[in-house]
Amino acid sequence: MFNKILIANRGEIACRVIKTAQKMGIKTVAIYSDADKQALHVKMADEAVHIGPPPANQSYIVIDKVMDAIRQTGAQAVHPGYGFLSENSKFAEALAAEGVAFVGPPVKAIEAMGDKITSKKIAQEAGVSTVPGYMGLIEDADDAVKISNEVGYPVMIKASAGGGGKGMRIAWNDEEAREGFQSSKNEAASSFGDDRIFIEKFVTQPRHIEIQVLCDAHGNGIYLGERECSIQRRNQKVIEEAPSPFLDEATRKAMGEQAVSLAQAVGYTSAGTVEFIVDGARNFYFLEMNTRLQVEHPVTELITGVDLVEQMIRIANGEPLSIKQSDVKLNGWAMESRLYAEDPYRGFLPSIGRLSRYRPPAEVVEDNRVVRNDTGVFEGGEISMYYDPMIAKLCTWAPTRLDAIEAMRNALDGFEVEGIGHNLPFLSAVMDHPKFVSGDITTAFIAEEYPEGFEGVELPGDVLRKIAAATAAMHRVGEIRRARVSGRMDNHERKVGRDWNVAVRGMSFDVTIKADQTGSTVQFGDGSTLRVSSDWTPGDQLAVIDIEGEEGLVLKVGKISGGFRIRSRGADLKVHVRTPRQAELARLMPEKLPPDTSKLLLCPMPGLIVKVNVEVGDEVQDGQALCTVEAMKMENILRAERKGIVAKINAAPGDSLAVDEVIMEFE
Amino acid sequence: MKDILQELEDRRDAARLGGGEKRIASQHAKGKLTARERVELLLDEGSFEEFDMFVAHRCTDFGMEEQKPAGDGVVTGWGTINGRMVYVFSQDFTVFGGSLSATHAEKICKIMDMAIQNGAPVIGLNDSGGARIQEGVDSLAGYAEVFQRNIMASGVVPQISVIMGPCAGGAVYSPAMTDFIFMVKDSSYMFVTGPDVVKTVTNEVVTAEELGGASTHTKKSSVADGAFENDVEAMAEVRRLVDFLPLNNREKPPVRPFFDEPGRVEASLDTLIPESANTPYDMKELILKIADEADFYEIQEDYAKNIITGFIRLEGQSVGVVANQPMVLAGCLDIDSSRKAARFVRFCDAFEIPILTLVDVPGFLPGTSQEFGGVIKHGAKLLFAYGEATVPKVTVITRKAYGGAYDVMASKHLRGDFNYAWPTAEIAVMGAKGATEIIHRADLNDPEKIAQHAKDYENRFANPFVAAERGFIDEVIMPHSTRRRVSRAFASLRGKKLQNPWKKHDNIPL
Repeated sequence: MFNKILIANRGEIACRVIKTAQKMGIKTVAIYSDADKQALHVKMADEAVHIGPPPANQSYIVIDKVMDAIRQTGAQAVHPGYGFLSENSKFAEALAAEGVAFVGPPVKAIEAMGDKITSKKIAQEAGVSTVPGYMGLIEDADDAVKISNEVGYPVMIKASAGGGGKGMRIAWNDEEAREGFQSSKNEAASSFGDDRIFIEKFVTQPRHIEIQVLCDAHGNGIYLGERECSIQRRNQKVIEEAPSPFLDEATRKAMGEQAVSLAQAVGYTSAGTVEFIVDGARNFYFLEMNTRLQVEHPVTELITGVDLVEQMIRIANGEPLSIKQSDVKLNGWAMESRLYAEDPYRGFLPSIGRLSRYRPPAEVVEDNRVVRNDTGVFEGGEISMYYDPMIAKLCTWAPTRLDAIEAMRNALDGFEVEGIGHNLPFLSAVMDHPKFVSGDITTAFIAEEYPEGFEGVELPGDVLRKIAAATAAMHRVGEIRRARVSGRMDNHERKVGRDWNVAVRGMSFDVTIKADQTGSTVQFGDGSTLRVSSDWTPGDQLAVIDIEGEEGLVLKVGKISGGFRIRSRGADLKVHVRTPRQAELARLMPEKLPPDTSKLLLCPMPGLIVKVNVEVGDEVQDGQALCTVEAMKMENILRAERKGIVAKINAAPGDSLAVDEVIMEFE
Repeated sequence: MKDILQELEDRRDAARLGGGEKRIASQHAKGKLTARERVELLLDEGSFEEFDMFVAHRCTDFGMEEQKPAGDGVVTGWGTINGRMVYVFSQDFTVFGGSLSATHAEKICKIMDMAIQNGAPVIGLNDSGGARIQEGVDSLAGYAEVFQRNIMASGVVPQISVIMGPCAGGAVYSPAMTDFIFMVKDSSYMFVTGPDVVKTVTNEVVTAEELGGASTHTKKSSVADGAFENDVEAMAEVRRLVDFLPLNNREKPPVRPFFDEPGRVEASLDTLIPESANTPYDMKELILKIADEADFYEIQEDYAKNIITGFIRLEGQSVGVVANQPMVLAGCLDIDSSRKAARFVRFCDAFEIPILTLVDVPGFLPGTSQEFGGVIKHGAKLLFAYGEATVPKVTVITRKAYGGAYDVMASKHLRGDFNYAWPTAEIAVMGAKGATEIIHRADLNDPEKIAQHAKDYENRFANPFVAAERGFIDEVIMPHSTRRRVSRAFASLRGKKLQNPWKKHDNIPL
């Protein structure tokens, strides 16, 4: 076995690989850019080598720099993680030239599968069903429009070297094809240094289901079941699960066997993933093969018990696979939620900054429940603009799908992240969505179910009632404490009452609290009661509330005047707890409307103004592009929400703007 | 006998109705509560004891003798906030528009005299059209009587003013001399002369809200210390503030049970200071992570944001915090921030509230506007305030402490009790670049040499150890243990006794 392995990556995947290497007794080497000096993977590794400035194209994906780090540390093998150099055949070649093992497939396999156009040809030749499309390279925007028309709209415009949703656009008409081609090309150039683009038919209502394969250098190949990754936003996976709620045994076997034979056709070794689009009739079409470890590999690990990173390292070390196909049993159900530094209330725009609070839920391994959190960040760490906005992968496992979902709901409720915008509320919302819960999902799920974006969750009345009971009891504890301040007038202390009113989301609950040593019995106006207990004390930012003796609620608790800000199950609530008299007077207070920003174009995220498309005095139409803001390497076109005349422009290309800075004003 | 008792009840009922149901409805329609409703919200339930419910004015001019409502437009008395005594007056806009008559003033004076004598705060809820014009000079005399008591009470008992409606003309000067002024957004304003007079005299066209609304006074003029959404929130937040304050200047600040480990370690503070010395960070994160239960009551949040002032608790006991805010103007001191912090420091010192100072200050803001505006004297206010303060003073330097601003910010030399520095602290006369260009003027044309000199300077001075060698820094502490160190420091200072030489009063550079 290798003595020392270098992980040519950063973030959670670097940490993930280091964990397995440490378990196997292999020394680890991290590489890091200027932006990652304090990063978790650097702290975890035995050694760390600095490889340059923050942008990946000046550090993590510069082959010479990584090679220098290998030489400097004497690492015998390199695990590339995903992204960066993981599917770069030149890198694999460079390693081979120096006799360093690449923990991944052979160069030829990478070349064959890594390029989407080539891989599709090979798959077609191998008799695998593929999606119709144009395999050649596309010259320019005019060409893109012509080809799109030949294939027939809608079409998908993709970067040949792309992945993870970057450099990918869907076009429904000529105009979008033209625009999509240009932005895909730009993104591909800046993200992958390869701006080749191809176009294919966009299959509507598809599911994204992929097969995990493992092949060794001795001709053995197995598949480890599938992962369903249909919950995507703009082709970026958000929630994955294994197995798929949709596949039957026959389809699973057919897909698995095809995936293995395809892999073996190109002499594949290591872990790989064959992605399929599956339609409603369970027809499956080969999409692409990812010749690397997938982001969502933990769900496969959780249902198979196989450590994929360990298998990759063993295969790279020349060992034959110790697992046979017949050994692979799918056990229970696993869910993965990707925690992104993206603000769901602002159209999922990237959010950067300091993680002033980062407290993931406790990882547990129990007979009926597993909680696993793969992360690359820590409280006090920085989410920079240079890299992927994914900051953690929260996984749960349970014997059944519904139990795994329930475990995920609780784990998400207990996940505390402050300082940046993040998608936790959205993840919670999906976990409670009836369509998701029933397994009735397609890759269009998010677009169809949240067409106007995500505006938070409206909790059902019974949950609000529980929250009302919990917060009333919590507020009372706080008031009793306040009444115990020093300097009181003896014998004239404040008596904290039992009757309270809780106002939340337009609902009003009158409650009476009877507290004892173990908790509070909260009686509602209609005479019904809820027994709540918790070890919460004032100031705690997380409250685990038992309701009627069972774990009922996990609340993130913040302070507002006269009550709490409560976040739970994807909802963000202002809860006011008042005495009956306070409540009566509060009802006399006028409702205040937020200031009118409809005449302003606000910068939706911290970013760089790349282009301003209009001038003062221009009349703009609804939907017209106003300017382009680049953040996290994504070009975001800001459009007019309605017709108007540009009155003032406050920003010019090259300006760095903060969130909510005014870019332009309208008359 | 029964009739006599009933008469009292009837008279009380009439008095409680103030200006009558129609005017109460009109008050509610404006989004405002009545004087009595406000008092109810301010005080513990059932704790209000009223004085002078039946006081009526004595004016006989302009037909005033025809209407003599009981109470004369102000509700006064005492009650408790979380069991601690406070005196309160609440002007009743439904009675003669809350205007101040001689008797109205007498009622206020009565409770102020009692407050000073008995050692309890005075909370004034202002909602008044101004002087009772019918009473002429009697009304003006009334104001002055109140002013004189504000002055006498200053530094003896905390005085809090809440502006909950109009407050104009001479009426503004009573709140102006209290310790804190809060306003209710959209329903209160205060100014010396109103929009009409302004227009006549200066030709400026301005609305009452623009001239003296909550936004103006919390952001521009710094007259107000905070603003709240509505009357209910305002009363709740004043209660919260009172929980931080001692009842008078002979008492220690209050302590209450707390649920937060004083030794709590905050590992994330080790990465609070960014890699680059020019990158800002949010000082509020440090304040929240030091404080018990992350509870911070900020004073003047929207004004001179380059300095942060407010109250926290450590081990349940109130502590005043003054902190440079690197997010705004790099945290430099200027006229506004010096005035803001100086007033806060003096309040804390007057009422025995210990002061925690968090320092990241690159110096005083340069420029003609500052010099012409008298930054010398304004900056000196903060210096003076810190230097005269005898309360426990604990200082933590997180990053920059440059030049005179280092001296000002509760340095050891101004009788700081504990002066801590993080390892990232840089205590120096100025930044490396500036210092090098002065010391090595001869090498100015040689960028290489200058760069080397700057590097040498950084190595020598961009750290806390030169100051620590001299004892100006008592200890260099790890950021993650700041809460523990600061809590222990204040715990050790609970018995601190320090007296300034006798003087009639000092002569702070006003």
